[in-house]
Amino acid sequence: MAIALVALTATSCKDAKKEHNDEDGHHSEQMDDNSHMDGAMEEDHSKMDHGDMESSDKMMGNAQHASKSTTLIANYLDLKNALVSDDKDGAAKAGEKLEGSLKNLDTSKFSDEQQDELKDIIEDATEHAEHIAKSDIGHQREHFDVLSKDVIDLLAITGSDRTLYQAYCPMYNNNKGAQWLSATKEIKNPYYGAKMMSCGSVQKEIN
Amino acid sequence: MLLVGFVGIQFFSTSRNQSDTIPKTDFMLVNDVPKQVENIIKTSCYDCHSNNTDYPWYNKVQPVAWFLEDHVTHGKEELNFNEWADYSNRRKNSKLKSIISQIENGEMPLWSYTLIHREAKLSEDKRKTVLDWVSKLKDSL
Repeated sequence: MAIALVALTATSCKDAKKEHNDEDGHHSEQMDDNSHMDGAMEEDHSKMDHGDMESSDKMMGNAQHASKSTTLIANYLDLKNALVSDDKDGAAKAGEKLEGSLKNLDTSKFSDEQQDELKDIIEDATEHAEHIAKSDIGHQREHFDVLSKDVIDLLAITGSDRTLYQAYCPMYNNNKGAQWLSATKEIKNPYYGAKMMSCGSVQKEIN
Repeated sequence: MLLVGFVGIQFFSTSRNQSDTIPKTDFMLVNDVPKQVENIIKTSCYDCHSNNTDYPWYNKVQPVAWFLEDHVTHGKEELNFNEWADYSNRRKNSKLKSIISQIENGEMPLWSYTLIHREAKLSEDKRKTVLDWVSKLKDSL
C-alpha cells in the first residue's frame, strides 16, 4: 500500500503541475468527504466519545499520554513551520524543545513490544533533534527527513490528538523523496521553503 | 611566559582510546565489506569512530592531544563502527544516511584531521568507491 502511494506520488513537480487540474478535482472530492465526516462527527458526538475510549483502550494509551504526545506534535510542527519559513534559528529552538518532549514521552503504558519500538524511535529521533538544534539549515532539513519518518512511526503507536496530513515531496533527497507532517492540507514545503513552496502532495490523513 | 605555559601543559595526560580486541559487533565483521572499502574506512574513519585510535607521535604533544581526545570522544558518540551490530535497523539507516551526506559534502573526514593525516584524505576515486558501497548497504537494509 505504501509502495503504491509512493509510486503514485513519485512524479516530478513538473508533472505534478501539469496534472494540477486533476489534482484539484481530487482535492475537492476529498474535501467533500471530509465535510461529510465532520457532519457525522457532530451528529454522533456522544457515540464518538464512547468510540474514542474504546480505541484508546486498544492503543493502551491514556489522557496523560495524549497530552505528552501533544507537546511532541506541537514541537514537531513548530520545527516544520520554521523550516518552511527558511528560519534556521527557529528550527534550532524547536529542535531543542523536541529533544525535551521526546525525553519526557511516557511509554510505560504500552506493551513490551511497543515500548521497545518506541525506545528505538525515540533514540533515533532524539539524535536528529540534537543535530537540528546545532546545524545549518541544509543539515537541519536532512535530519528533518529522517525525523519525520520517526515521528510518523511513533504516532502510529501512540496515536495523534489531532488530524495531521502526511505530505510527500518527490524531489528532495536526489529525487528519492521525503515525507513530512502538517496540521493543514495546504502544501508548504519544509524541504525547500521559499524556493519551492508548493512542491508536494498529501499522501494521507492521520487521525 | 608562553614557553613556560607550553612546557607546563605537557604534564597533563589524556586518556587513550585503544583496544586490542575487535568486538563481534564490528562493522567489518557483520557486513560483507570488500577489502578496498574496508581499507578506506579503516584508514579514514576508524581513528575517531572506533574504540581503537592509531595515535600519531605528535599526540604526545599538548594541546594536540586534547584536540584529538575531543574529536575521538565526540566521534564515537555519533558513530562507533565497533558497535555496529548493536544499532537497530532504524539507527543503522540514520547513520548510513549521515555517513553518505557527510562524505558527499566533504565534511568527513574532518579537514583538521586530514591536514596532518594525509593518508586519510579521500581522493575522488576513494570517495566514489565508499559512497557506492555504503549506498548499496543502506538500500539493502
